[in-house]
Amino acid sequence: MIKMKSPKALILLILMLAGTSLRSYCETLLNGPMLGEPASSEEIAAWDISVMPGGDGLPGGKGSVAQGRRIYEKQCISCHGPRGQGGNADQLAGAGMGLTSEYPEKTIGSYWPYATTLFDMIRRSMPMTAPGTLSDDEVYAVTAYLLYLNGIIEEDTLLDAEVLSAIKMPNRDGFINVYEETGGN
Amino acid sequence: MQEVAGNGLLDRRLFLKTGFGIGAATLLAPVVMKNLEAAPEAAPVNTASPPWMHTPGAGYSTYGMPSKFEDDVVRFPSANSAIPGNGVSWTPLHLLEGTITPNGLHYERHHNGVPQINPSQHRLLIHGLVKNPSFFSIENLLRYPLRSRICFVECGGNSNAGWNKSPIRSEAGYFHGLVSCSEWTGIPLPVLLDEVKPTKKAHWLIAEGADAFAMQMSIPLEKAMDDAMLALYQNGERIRPENGYPLRLILPGWEGVMNVKWLRRLKLTDCPVMARNETSRYTELLPDGKARMFTMVMQAKSLITSPSANMLLREAGLYQITGLAWSGRGKITRVDVTADGGNTWAEAELQEPVLSKSFTRFRIPWQWNGSPATLQSRATDESGYVQPQRKDLVAERGRHGFFHYNAIVSWQIDEFGSVSHVYDKDEIAESSDPVDIDAGWD
Repeated sequence: MIKMKSPKALILLILMLAGTSLRSYCETLLNGPMLGEPASSEEIAAWDISVMPGGDGLPGGKGSVAQGRRIYEKQCISCHGPRGQGGNADQLAGAGMGLTSEYPEKTIGSYWPYATTLFDMIRRSMPMTAPGTLSDDEVYAVTAYLLYLNGIIEEDTLLDAEVLSAIKMPNRDGFINVYEETGGN
Repeated sequence: MQEVAGNGLLDRRLFLKTGFGIGAATLLAPVVMKNLEAAPEAAPVNTASPPWMHTPGAGYSTYGMPSKFEDDVVRFPSANSAIPGNGVSWTPLHLLEGTITPNGLHYERHHNGVPQINPSQHRLLIHGLVKNPSFFSIENLLRYPLRSRICFVECGGNSNAGWNKSPIRSEAGYFHGLVSCSEWTGIPLPVLLDEVKPTKKAHWLIAEGADAFAMQMSIPLEKAMDDAMLALYQNGERIRPENGYPLRLILPGWEGVMNVKWLRRLKLTDCPVMARNETSRYTELLPDGKARMFTMVMQAKSLITSPSANMLLREAGLYQITGLAWSGRGKITRVDVTADGGNTWAEAELQEPVLSKSFTRFRIPWQWNGSPATLQSRATDESGYVQPQRKDLVAERGRHGFFHYNAIVSWQIDEFGSVSHVYDKDEIAESSDPVDIDAGWD
């Protein structure tokens, strides 16, 4: 009688008995050549720009609505239009038509479920002609201006990680998680 | 010849019957014209002894290209005028046969252009909820045991002109061609995950691309452990830049945007990142104001690629109806075809091998009698899912979902043999206000 030391060994044995193709796949899984090189926490910090919906990943820094307006009118207005009304890129604010209307307007204020997404998106992808060039303070500022345009924050709000993480967007509960319900079908 | 369904559909085995092949061939009408514009007249040659049999041919080439007589077989690009790298290019499905898309014709969807990445300057970082956060160079990844599989990749926004109130006039591929099918070769993702050792709390991976958009999408760990692949090769050669060179995540059957190109980072987390492209976009607004989110699986779809929109049947006679079917849930089990707008259906022949989450070519012979006809195809997959009628899909989802349009497609042939895209008769009432879909490619 073979004594099983671990569930992994038991699974391996079952797979070995199950057939050659399955067994070879399993051996592959267990015997990768291990060619990864360790990543230090400093390296990871330099690479990782993801901002989680709870606020994890938001950097230090802060920005005001007024500062954000100045940046927006220089860097964003040509595609997104005055006050985020839209142009050759998405309309960002000023939804006049609700989501159930014949011409629904999906703006940050009417549609986006998380404010953290806005910071993440602007920092990594905007402006399209020079993505990733805004400082963290500038990203906070543009985020603040867009949230202000959508009536989410007051004009005198100074936006930082703590304030941004605490925002609950109007349409937070407007989504059906199809992956949880049916596996994404 | 016995009809198997109304308006001239014939047994799918017609062309295969022993002793009938030659007879059928002689009945074949002239090849369906590629489009309504006739090809320019070529100078007459003596085809019994053409000039190219009397002078040496061209020399060798380092990388072969299609015949110059096929120069209309091209992708159709459509991009934001201000940001030329933000747009799409459609695969010309209506001009192709078989099931594998040539690499140069694979559809494109970029959010801010195609980066030109030197593989020696590119690394993959796997980190987050793992015991061994690690970098992997491309050189090292090429040393891993590789696997190949054929699967389609389809943009979540493919076919979305179907939400329009009036039928779009584009050729089939320039309407439905944000889908292509390739043999991908790479490393099964579980192999690498096993090396970095995810912790028990890890349930999602955030995948990030090294393009100017820094595309970011959340992938359930369950899918990663099922059939995800880090692809290095496409149809035998290294992946083209526009398809993610040097490294692409392949998630068979799942929405194209999740198959992150130019892959540079996988972060294991306990929840999705709620990226812009899984919240603001790639979600589908329903009539009640709620929106479907994380609709990853591309549901079964089919369309007839020939005859299809803007082609011309020059005369009545025997034609082959051919098309493609695919499903993100698995294998296509049957495709039914109608020539009378859905009154009667006949089962088409499926070209073997029928592979899971891959293009499946279907064919059925058709005797066109010269009078108006409406052709449709309807796919069924191994989960039992049946491709819906447009009116049922619109009734369920409304018209503002933008993504995941997979309804049955109708091609109408008039008495002159012109083929055009139409909607069902009972859908025409709503086309009095032909407003286009309410968003572009942003």
